[in-house]
Amino acid sequence: MTDFVQLWVYLASTPLFGLTATLVTYVIAAIVYERFGRAPWANPVLWSVVCIGGVLVVTGTSYPRYFAGAQFIHVLLGPAVVALAWPLWLRRSELRRRGAALTIAALVGGIAAAGSAVALGWAFDLPGDVLRSLAPKSVTAPVAMGIADRIGGVPALAAVFAVVTGMVGALSAKYLFGLLRIDEWAVRGFALGTVSHGIGAARALQVNADAGAYAGIALGLQVLLATLILPLAFHWLA
Amino acid sequence: MMALRGLAILLVLQAAGEALAHAFALPYPGPVLGMVLLLLALQVSWVRAPVQAAADLLLAHLSLLFVPIGVGVVTHLDLVSSYGVRLLAVIVLSTWVGMAVTALFLRTLLPSAAEGPCGND
Repeated sequence: MTDFVQLWVYLASTPLFGLTATLVTYVIAAIVYERFGRAPWANPVLWSVVCIGGVLVVTGTSYPRYFAGAQFIHVLLGPAVVALAWPLWLRRSELRRRGAALTIAALVGGIAAAGSAVALGWAFDLPGDVLRSLAPKSVTAPVAMGIADRIGGVPALAAVFAVVTGMVGALSAKYLFGLLRIDEWAVRGFALGTVSHGIGAARALQVNADAGAYAGIALGLQVLLATLILPLAFHWLA
Repeated sequence: MMALRGLAILLVLQAAGEALAHAFALPYPGPVLGMVLLLLALQVSWVRAPVQAAADLLLAHLSLLFVPIGVGVVTHLDLVSSYGVRLLAVIVLSTWVGMAVTALFLRTLLPSAAEGPCGND
């Protein structure tokens, strides 16, 4: 048993641990997700976070130690954000035709998501820096961190809120749109991408190509709009 | 090789975006500016194939990239234990409000958007 503990302490101290744990856990979670017919509740991000987080807490492994390895995956978020230009480019003729409607919908939806989060958080008596970290939660996590930093929030919190928002959207979109009788794939995908950014877009891509493409457009638009508007909004409010 | 070349292009544009943001003190994060630069760069035909290969790879596994940040929730377990239920309520409700508003708004703006109704999901 002590041998095992020593081995664990050794393995957990190398960057290899965080990288391997992240990739292996995600691959298994993705297989399980497929096995359950891509059911929303089997979301691979959710279960990867729960499993890895659980292991860190139970074994007393620190997050920085985990991140030393996981950062090699995290770093790819930057080029992934740049790559969002690709789905926009592919749909450029539709964008030109429907650009105004899509931009207005992204703007109104983004304001509704951020505004209702801040208003509800304020009503629930949450601290100010938590409120400021909640505001950019509908923007993809790496960008949300930057926005939170600019408006006086906590970047690490903003990232977690963004990821949770992504998962809530990916988990519940099917039922919410069913309830509202929204049938068009483009509209469903766009709404999911606007509010639940990359995780919502990943879910949309897995369900339907049209929904995925529109979610990609929405994700890109939300990045551009929120980065411009949120700092201004908090500047006026403060 | 194509995907690797594409990744190189994406990283160069991200770096260019970071440099622009830094040099002109712009309010946009580097990757966002890189995305705008890529939209311009895609006008050039030889950029497209490598970028497509890299974008397909990165965007197909986009959700994996959120796992390291998501695990960061363990550093805020104190916050979760004191505000967890309220935070979750705020996030769930505002997510639904945002999605409903976006979807209903877009549907009225796009009367011609009917691309075939679907049964479930």
